[in-house]
Amino acid sequence: MDLTLKIWRQASPEAKGEMKTYPISGVEEDMSFLEMLDYLNEQLIDQGIEPVVFDHDCREGICGMCSLFINGQAHGPGRKITTCQLHMREFKSGDTIYIEPFRAKAFPIIKDLMVDRSAFDRIQRAGGFISVNTSGNTIDANAIPVPKESADKAFDAATCIGCGACVATCKNSSAMLFASAKISQFSLLPQGQPEAKERVLNMVHQMDLEGFGNCTNTGACEVECPKGISLENIARMNRDYLFASLSSNK
Amino acid sequence: MASTSKGLFGSSLARKYWMAATGLFLCSFLVGHLLGNLQLFVTGEEGRLAFNEYGQFMTTFPVVKILSYVTYISILLHTVDGIMLARQNRAARPVKYVKERQSANASWASRKMALLGILTLFFIVVHMKSFWYEMHWGALEMDANGNKDLWTLTVTAFEQWWYTAFYVLALTGLAFHLSHGAQSAFQTLGINHPKYTPLISKTMVAFAWLIPAGFIAVAVFLFVVQPGQAL
Repeated sequence: MDLTLKIWRQASPEAKGEMKTYPISGVEEDMSFLEMLDYLNEQLIDQGIEPVVFDHDCREGICGMCSLFINGQAHGPGRKITTCQLHMREFKSGDTIYIEPFRAKAFPIIKDLMVDRSAFDRIQRAGGFISVNTSGNTIDANAIPVPKESADKAFDAATCIGCGACVATCKNSSAMLFASAKISQFSLLPQGQPEAKERVLNMVHQMDLEGFGNCTNTGACEVECPKGISLENIARMNRDYLFASLSSNK
Repeated sequence: MASTSKGLFGSSLARKYWMAATGLFLCSFLVGHLLGNLQLFVTGEEGRLAFNEYGQFMTTFPVVKILSYVTYISILLHTVDGIMLARQNRAARPVKYVKERQSANASWASRKMALLGILTLFFIVVHMKSFWYEMHWGALEMDANGNKDLWTLTVTAFEQWWYTAFYVLALTGLAFHLSHGAQSAFQTLGINHPKYTPLISKTMVAFAWLIPAGFIAVAVFLFVVQPGQAL
């Protein structure tokens, strides 16, 4: 198939970027979107043009590394998939495809389509953990009774791969879906209770410091999330933060 | 972990709590306002005297006065907070997408809350100038019972086609604003439950359309019947 690619090129974080057009032919419908970009880069290298820089790692939909805003949607058309799981059969020969980086002040562009998502790591570090004794007498997690429903919901929240599609999709570049998933995966379990109040207060505070926008409850994040993280998590975070703010001693 | 949170003032979530709380209070205000307006369906001298009596009561009864101050403060807070949120949201994405399909994953109203809010605020200013200001500081005639004749001011305003058209447009904008805001306020306050949320959402969406429809019905009635001409 023959395609026209319009790709965001930006030499460095400070440089001014622009959309550049690359015609490409010989794309096979069995290629993944990332393989199509590999194929483009091979051709660019042959022509002596600098290849397009983009994020990728596992290429099987579980690492959260691939990004891209394709034809106006995070991870392109299709639901509950990452860009590595998007295949060229979703497009027709003759199509023009817009490929842009995830855009947010909190996700600065490193080069071309590659963005710095370490803001997520800092939110996680602010409280996305539990403190347990690991000196050899750790209590077996299975020894603590957990209702099945809570375990399932905590697991669902924990499936968040931190890709940033929620931020990229949100009209406000809000990180509420990510933060709420990372908080919920602990707040639903007994092991998460001792640090529950501090966790929600500190992670939300870090989220604010990073410069993400606010939640308008449009629900776009939930629709575009490759892992189907639910808005229920955002409500849980809103609720936990409200109670923690009211009852915290600090 | 040292807490550095700004708690219920200043944090992004807190700003949203205030939006939700003031928004829901203003929804309750709309119900009271509409119930008062329904009296305008009674025309003639009887309707005029009753409506003016009601106007007198609403501007003097202490409980209503307190509620009216809470309403002014809510409108102010909702506006200022909303502007601050919208500014932060714009700043959070300094470089816009070249191609963006927002309609693929979110409703129109949910994406245009700030615009719809500003339209509503503009309407409130015009509306308060027309009636609230005139009632308090304007030179209104007295009716047979010695009450200010708010009724004549009201019905003559809606006898003008452009005033009614503006009103209908503004209330339609408000309906869209409420169609997202009234139900999403619950999500903001953390109320999301598989058993109750579907009912809450349906009720609030119905509220969002029916309440403005009620206001519009009164306005259109006054324009069609022209009760001011009969006296």
